[in-house]
This record gives sequence, structure tokens and C-alpha cells, in this order.
Amino acid sequence: MKKLIANREIDVNEEGYLIDFKQWDREVCECIAGECNVVMTEKHWEVIEYLQDKHRKEEPLSIRGIKRSGVINIKEFYNLFPGGPLKKSTLIAGIPKPKSCI
Amino acid sequence: MKNLIILGAGTAGTMMANHLVKKLPKKDWKITIIDQYKTHYYQPGFLFLPFDIYTENQVKKDGKKFIPKDVNYVQKLIELINPDANTIQLEDDEMLPYDILVVATGSKTAPEEIDGMSGPDWYKTIFDFYTYEGAKALRDKLRDWKGGKLVVHITEMPIKCPVAPLEFAFLADSYFRKKGMRDKVDITYVTPLSGAFTKPKATKALHHLLEEKDIKEVVDFNIERVDYKNNKIVDYADVEVEYDLLVTVPTNMGDELIERSGLGDELNFIPTHKTTLQSKNHENIFVIGDATNLPTSKAGSVAHFEAEILEENILRYIEGKPLKEDFDGHANCFVETGNNKALLIDFNYDHEPVEGKFPFQGIGPMSLLKENRMNHWGKLAFRWIYWNMLLKGIPIPFVPSKMSLKGKNFE
Repeated sequence: MKKLIANREIDVNEEGYLIDFKQWDREVCECIAGECNVVMTEKHWEVIEYLQDKHRKEEPLSIRGIKRSGVINIKEFYNLFPGGPLKKSTLIAGIPKPKSCI
Repeated sequence: MKNLIILGAGTAGTMMANHLVKKLPKKDWKITIIDQYKTHYYQPGFLFLPFDIYTENQVKKDGKKFIPKDVNYVQKLIELINPDANTIQLEDDEMLPYDILVVATGSKTAPEEIDGMSGPDWYKTIFDFYTYEGAKALRDKLRDWKGGKLVVHITEMPIKCPVAPLEFAFLADSYFRKKGMRDKVDITYVTPLSGAFTKPKATKALHHLLEEKDIKEVVDFNIERVDYKNNKIVDYADVEVEYDLLVTVPTNMGDELIERSGLGDELNFIPTHKTTLQSKNHENIFVIGDATNLPTSKAGSVAHFEAEILEENILRYIEGKPLKEDFDGHANCFVETGNNKALLIDFNYDHEPVEGKFPFQGIGPMSLLKENRMNHWGKLAFRWIYWNMLLKGIPIPFVPSKMSLKGKNFE
């Protein structure tokens, strides 16, 4: 389905996750972050870049990964993206949320 | 004479030995398989052991029975892989050279990764069912458990057989109903993911099962520690879930051998090309089954489909031909839903599980993403197929290694 984000038609799935990462940019990102009540700071951007890099390499995202990322510790991660930090941060980063097979 | 060595004689390694022994000329190639353990476990059976549906003897056999006689079977601990010297170092410092290496060392549970999990209450009020010992201890516990809060919990992804914890919750519901004590048991499913079901079509088709069976969901729960003194698990957001009986799936990791040899990622899984199964860092090392870092399920069916493709790619590698980029992440799994019913799911890297008929379009006899008895009998029949066909590398009729789009309702 299409969703108007930053005055652009963006392809998203039923839960609002971007389907085509090529449609993501900082403007789209800030818009989605706003909807999640997250105000982007430098630290947020750092985390987003880390997540996108993992996604590019097809490496699974996990809290353990965050712990070992050297970018941020887990408490800070929860503070930056309150309530389901992986779910929210991946939505904002324009990448799929971590999922199981069904 | 050249050497092909397979590390690990579990599902994937045993299948590869059976595949390759038929294809590699004996006068040119010596095939060796190395595994320190003598017993081969039917791991899908660990789900049934706690509920007294399977007995111990139905889930284990002597591994030797499944290794072809022309394959050199070494039962020793593997100390190190030396990818630069192309050698394997065994526990007694014996060195085995290889021309081609197939790593099939699987994944295992690591409860020690979480504070308090494998402490004094391990196998008293905290259990896993992903090991033979855990499943058996849990069976003994359940036989005379008086009820209370049962928490079924996933520590972190990825795990082997990602649907098993959900199946465990469904079977527990049936088990306690049959015992006439369901009203005394409160079942909660705790997951680090956003739900028990995470894909849109499966959520739509299956979420009702949780409500029907009165299984509560706690989602986005990333465990920090087990507070075993107060019988609760605590997550990083300080959310707490109380239990009387905790059935957890601990962190799953690749073998320590992979870490010792410096070949793995942060969970000891080996970076592997997702379509060819060649390791990313060494062209004469191939990886199969749970030992890979591929973004598909860690499941026996996946290893089976991979084995057919890896056999061909090893032959191509020997002949100096380009490898086939044929592996599509295909997985095919029965999902027990309790009351003698099951679901069947068929999916790959690109396609999530959907409804439809399997393996024959419009006919079935199995139904995809729908619970029925036929699928349950399929799951039980699978144990026979595993011991008698799968391990021996015999293809399963009508189920090709690449996923078929036929018979599936994508819209």
C-alpha cells in the first residue's frame, strides 16, 4: 500500500514498514520518527546507520548485536526508542522489523 | 588421493556423507566425517518427549547406522579448523588435511548467556526442551506438576526451529486439558519479537489459535536476567513476568569450535553465500544446516534442501565450473497446534507462508497455513521419513529443493 510520508507516496506494508529501501531518506526518516514521538538526535542517526549497515550485510538484528555494536548500550537504546526499541528503530530506519518464519 | 572432510554427523552432515559417497569417485576421493558424539538424535521429537507422546527410544539411534561404510567415520573432538593450512586438528593433536571442507557443526543452546538461567533452578523450575536432557527432565517435571504459571519463553533470535516454542504452548494446552487440569494452568508466551506470529498472512490466519487456547502473549520482551529467587524473568525495560514453571529457549549459538577457529560471527555462525552455500571467506569451505548465518530457518527441512544443492555445487567446484546460485531459502515445516491437528508452512527467502494446497496444486492432500488432522499425521509420519529417507539422502517425492509457487494463494 501507499502512504504519504514527507509529501511523497511511499510503498509500505500493513504495519507501515518501508517495502523499498530506495525510497528512504533523512526527510522520510524524520517524518516517521515524528509519528513515533521520537525526535532525532545525533545518537539516533548513529544507531539508524548501524541498523542499516547490518541490514545491507543481511545480518540478523538482535539486542545482543546492539550490546556488541560499540554504538550504544541497551539502556540508552531503550531511552532513544522507548517501547519496543528494535521494532521502532527499524521502522524509522526504513528496514524490515526482526521477524520469525510465521 | 584427495580429501573431503565433513565436520559434524548431525542431520546435515550425515545427509552430505550419503549424498557425496555416491558421487565422488572412490579412487580419487577419501571422505571423512568427524563427530565426537555417538548418538544421533531426532531433534523434532524433543517437542513431543515432554508430553509423553514420544518415548526416549523414538528420538535417538546410534549415529553409525546412518554413515555409509565407504566413509571414514572419526569419533573425536575437533580442536581447530586451520583454514590457511587446510587442516583439521583433532583432540589428540592429530592433523587431517583437506582439499574440501564441509562444516555441519549445527547450533546449540547456551543458557549461560543469560544471568540466572542455568543457575540453581536449572531443571528444577527452569527447563529447556531443545536438548535431550532438557526435554526428558521437563517430561518428568510435567508428569506430576500441580499447575500454576507456565511461561514459554524465547531468549533471542535466531533459534533453531522458530515455531517449536509456539508448538510447545499449543501442546501444553492440549496436555493439561486432557489431564483435566487446564483451569489450574496459566499459559503465557513471551517473545522478543513483536508477536507470536510476525508475518502478516500468518497473523491473520492463525492468531485466533492463541485466543481459543487461552494463551497470553507478552511481546517485545528482551530478557536481561532470570530472577530465580523471586521466580520471574526481567527484561531491559524492567518489565517482569512471573513464573512457576519457566520453559525457555536459551540463546542458540554455533559450536565453540567455530569461535576457536575464528570463523564465525557474534553467535558463532559462519558467514555463508546465501545461494551457493560456499563460505564467504574461504572458497574450499562450504557450510550447511544450522551452522550457516543464512537468513532462513534453522530446520531439518532446510538442511535437506541445501544438501541437494550443495552436492551439485561441490561437484562443480571440483570440476572448476561456476557454482549454481540455486538455494532459495526453502523451508517446509509442520506446526503442531494440539488436539491431533497441525499446520503446514512452505516458504523461502522471498515468500512468506501463505494458504494453499501442498504438494499438489488444488488437491493437496496437505493444506498450507490451516490446521487439520492430515497435517498432524504428516508430522508424525515425518519421523519415519527422517530415519529412513532424509538422512540417507533420498529425495522426498514431489517436494523439490527449490520452492514451488504452485498451489499457493499469494493474494
